[in-house]
Amino acid sequence: MLNEEQQMLRDMASEWVRDRLPVTALRSLYGHDGGGRPDAEGYDPEAWAEMSQMGWAGILVPEAHGGFDFGYRSMGLVLEELGRTLGASPLLSSALVAASALRLGGTEVQQARWLPGIADGSAIGTLAAEEGAQHGREKIALATTPSNDGWVLKGVKRPVQDGMIATFAVVAARTGGAPGDRDGITLFLVGRDAPGLSREALDQIDARRPALFTFDNVAVGGDAVLGEVGKGADLLDMLFDRAAIGLAAEMLGNAAQAFDTTLDYLKTRVQFGAIIGSFQTLQHRAAEMFGELQLARSAVEAALDAIDANDPALPAIASLAKATMGETLHGISAQMVQLHGGIGMTHEHDAGLYLKRARVAAQCYGSTAWHRERWARLNGY
Amino acid sequence: MAEFDGMEAFREEARAWLKANFPPSLTNAPSIHFVSDRRAAESNPDWCLWRERMAEKRWGVPAWEQRYGGAGLTQAHGKIIGEELAAIGGFNPIRSYGTMMLGPTLLEYGSEEQKLEHLPWIATNKRRWCQGFSEPGAGSDLASLQTKCIDMGDHWLVSGQKIWTSGADQADWCFALVRTDTSRKQGGISFLLIDMKSEGIEARPIVLISGSTHFCEVFFNDVKVPKGNLVGEVNQGWTIAKRLLEFERNGLSDVKAEITPLAPLAHEYCGTDALGRIDNPDLRTRMVRNAMRHEAYLATVSRLTREARSGEPSNGVSALKNLWSGIIQERAELLIELMGAGGLGWSGEHYTDAEQEATRAWLHSKAFSIYGGSYEVQNNITAKRTLELPA
Repeated sequence: MLNEEQQMLRDMASEWVRDRLPVTALRSLYGHDGGGRPDAEGYDPEAWAEMSQMGWAGILVPEAHGGFDFGYRSMGLVLEELGRTLGASPLLSSALVAASALRLGGTEVQQARWLPGIADGSAIGTLAAEEGAQHGREKIALATTPSNDGWVLKGVKRPVQDGMIATFAVVAARTGGAPGDRDGITLFLVGRDAPGLSREALDQIDARRPALFTFDNVAVGGDAVLGEVGKGADLLDMLFDRAAIGLAAEMLGNAAQAFDTTLDYLKTRVQFGAIIGSFQTLQHRAAEMFGELQLARSAVEAALDAIDANDPALPAIASLAKATMGETLHGISAQMVQLHGGIGMTHEHDAGLYLKRARVAAQCYGSTAWHRERWARLNGY
Repeated sequence: MAEFDGMEAFREEARAWLKANFPPSLTNAPSIHFVSDRRAAESNPDWCLWRERMAEKRWGVPAWEQRYGGAGLTQAHGKIIGEELAAIGGFNPIRSYGTMMLGPTLLEYGSEEQKLEHLPWIATNKRRWCQGFSEPGAGSDLASLQTKCIDMGDHWLVSGQKIWTSGADQADWCFALVRTDTSRKQGGISFLLIDMKSEGIEARPIVLISGSTHFCEVFFNDVKVPKGNLVGEVNQGWTIAKRLLEFERNGLSDVKAEITPLAPLAHEYCGTDALGRIDNPDLRTRMVRNAMRHEAYLATVSRLTREARSGEPSNGVSALKNLWSGIIQERAELLIELMGAGGLGWSGEHYTDAEQEATRAWLHSKAFSIYGGSYEVQNNITAKRTLELPA
């Protein structure tokens, strides 16, 4: 249940997003051939500055560090509104994922060092954990060798969300054990200027430009360790669960808008001398999509509430939200193209932008299949 | 939770009395079954004992006044009794169509004479009622009902046919909608109480694909009904019926929709692989998807309930029924599929009770997307009313 402040936040976000980051803003990040523009950064720095000024980057930062401590449900409201127009920003990577990392695992010193920057938008954090085509939390291989006062990192990370614009990253590396082991994973805070770290943009279908990080003997000190050495798997799970739920909130906005846009089209497009939305087969398809959207919304909102309530069942709830949302958005984005017909196939129309973002979001932080499998194991199937 | 002293004391009293009087053999019994099947209930000695004790205690309808057979307690007391009953896996043996539907209706619209005549019998569950609403030509369009009721001066004369009348062959009385005016549709309907022992009534059970004979067709052939059995005013029946249907919905929403996870059964029937997973990947995937949709459905019910309470628009309600019927039907299919050949038995010792129940429940579940507005009608409603798509 939203309180008055949350309702105000939602209304404000809704208005601002439509005004400042409409779908045309995302479109400007694309080149004419439908790929990402090579000279674009995958976001709008001025819009990001405005978002930070409005306090959104500090929603999860404690007041002592310049934030508002306003909870995940509140963050979800903003992400959902951004999702409606496919608004590209580092809000999820930095203000949700990196802020969560520091809150859950950071020392006083680390929190004081990074959280104020996250809250005012001057620092952009991200999670550098994935290494390959498939999500695998235990499979982390990024190698380390101990040095006098810390470790030396060698290996690659991809895709790193918002990696080209991030000023620091939470890097998951292996300080013990072998890929596949939960033991031996350590998280490090690494600044973008660390010698030996190079970054390349990935031209992804959604024009967001995540990065490939190459660690060529990057030296980090003991003070860079987030949480406990070798015991990072639990913290990483907590981060991925929060990331998946935050992304699901954004996907909820994607799906809600894709559905609304499609519904508008059904009410205006005329063929065979009739508005096509009067045809029963299309009415029933719309009714079914509406029902699926109800299920997805409930799962996502329950998951946001579960983080705020410290629910011990969060892993299963997170997977329920991400998988349910993933399946729903998959279906609705595909129907958006189908029901728009030929115009939906053109780059000029928004349908393709929703379709592309939907598939990226479905993969990110664990795919629908990954989360369904995890839910199954957590529930004894 | 802090309660007023009196209430806390009452809770203690209720807990102690229920514990001492509820027959342990009935713990977690399928209580809805006893509501719909009188023979099953009354052939169970412990059920009869439990009914006697609750009737004497008057806790079946705790909030009804004492002269109508109730205990004269407040709704808050009734809630405590319900909670303490649920806590020990118990149920209310007085619960019936009488307590859920007719009783509350009579309390609002009945004459004092009618209340004294019928409510005490409902309060002991000794007089069973059936609901004579639907007709062969009046299903979703209930107000088009045709059963004639003619004023003969000193009595009413009823002729016509009802269908889908639950438990009519086991009922003592019937509350029926009848037509007293053919010139108006809703405004020509009256609400009549009919003794099922009257001459000219025949109730024939209908055999469904699940083998259930719970529903009946009821034929009224020039049945004489005393003038005093009409509830409210002549031609006021539609208003009364709408109120009764509200009570019906409230009563049904009290029913706990307990869903046991399928995983343990699947382990038993299909075995497990080296990682402890159900050893049938395709079936497992479909079961998991269904279980997750069920979780999301439950979250949707609680979300819409919260939104409705706070006055936020909750226009998802009309789509909810299709989600529910789809998820429950799919679950029923999965249950007999995981049982394999065991899920295909109709009767006999070679099929366990659970297997036979699963088979019947699967067949029964096919009704979920037909009754209460079919799947297709629900989609039409969602499309036109909620999504405002053109006709």
